[in-house]
Amino acid sequence: MEQRAIADTLKTQFSEEVVDIVEYQGQVGVLLRPDQIVPILRWLRDSADLRMDHLRALCGVDNSKRKTSYPERFEVVYQLYSTELRHEIRLRVLLPEKDPHVDSVVSLWSGANWLEREVFDMFGIRFNQHPNLKRVLLPDDWEGHPLRKEYPLKGRKEWQGLVELKERIQELDQHGFYPPPPVEAKKGGTAKKGAKNPVEPQKTVAQAAGPASAGKEKTATVAAALPAGVNTGKTLRERDQA
Amino acid sequence: MSSDKVVHLPEGLRLFPGAGALLGPLDKLVNWGRAGSIWPVTFGLACCAIEMMDTGASTNDQDRFGILFRASPRQADCMVVAGTLTKKMAPALRRVYDQMPEPRYVMAMGSCACSGGVFDTYAVTQGVDQIVPVDVYVPGCPPRPEALLEGFLKLKEKIMAEEFRWSSVR
Repeated sequence: MEQRAIADTLKTQFSEEVVDIVEYQGQVGVLLRPDQIVPILRWLRDSADLRMDHLRALCGVDNSKRKTSYPERFEVVYQLYSTELRHEIRLRVLLPEKDPHVDSVVSLWSGANWLEREVFDMFGIRFNQHPNLKRVLLPDDWEGHPLRKEYPLKGRKEWQGLVELKERIQELDQHGFYPPPPVEAKKGGTAKKGAKNPVEPQKTVAQAAGPASAGKEKTATVAAALPAGVNTGKTLRERDQA
Repeated sequence: MSSDKVVHLPEGLRLFPGAGALLGPLDKLVNWGRAGSIWPVTFGLACCAIEMMDTGASTNDQDRFGILFRASPRQADCMVVAGTLTKKMAPALRRVYDQMPEPRYVMAMGSCACSGGVFDTYAVTQGVDQIVPVDVYVPGCPPRPEALLEGFLKLKEKIMAEEFRWSSVR
């Protein structure tokens, strides 16, 4: 069936729900109200002359930066296809800016599960009766929904998980084969842990630098001379000779 | 047949054919062994991983340099980070690195691993050197297999120049 004909059939069947039918370059989209989306999709899937058995895609849209006018800020778009009759249709469900939510279609296509989770992850659109509505791409403790237009490209603040990882790396590096120079170890958290478990490199550097009284200054010079990252043995030898 | 005709020895090492013995500074012997058998653990994250596989395949033949990919960090000397490292993946990368025994080296393969590449966004780390210490950077998007091989040769050079990397008692 032609896309236009499918859209018209849908309009006669659910005239209350269809807001508009738009066509662009031969592709027809049906704009819908959110309330009856599950009955509409079930009817499209099960009716004998449509048999839309395949949910090709499910995605969200944020219209807020659109130059032309738009009916509602958010949309959830369903791309349906019939593998038997080989026709397709696009459904666009309009959702308001405040508390956007729509019924889940996991009961119709279980493949919608992760797609709806992705829309939730990226846009913060909630899906009612979803079996497991949590983030799918970003970490669980992420703040914000990145595909919303007001979300800055670099995010508002660093993800807490990465901040914690970097702190842990500083501690782990102290136990590596080439620990970083002790200048870096003078931070609050690491210094306390160093006291419990005496830091080997500090001792070595102090010994190599000569008498303990002059140790402080010498340590600083040696540390500054070390290249960032992995040190080479050459510096170690120089240190021994000093 | 004397084996010094067959085996290429680095400068400073001497082979005694009759005795089957090598003489030289311990540094050179150890480094020679390490540089001749770099076993990288694969950390393919994106399209760079395809080029990495290509480097390991027969056309480019890494094996002639003694480079064999290992699938376990515990059997590896070197980690090739091939591709975009997202922030969510960063703890996993660090864990794999922590599981590797010393001596261990890291190669950052591709623009994304070197600096974040075009993905200057909320979700991507701007270079894996924030997470692990990197020894060799191989730029390119993605780098050709020849570039990765060049990176391995640079790493080999670096290993050969090391001193005292066999004892924590320095």
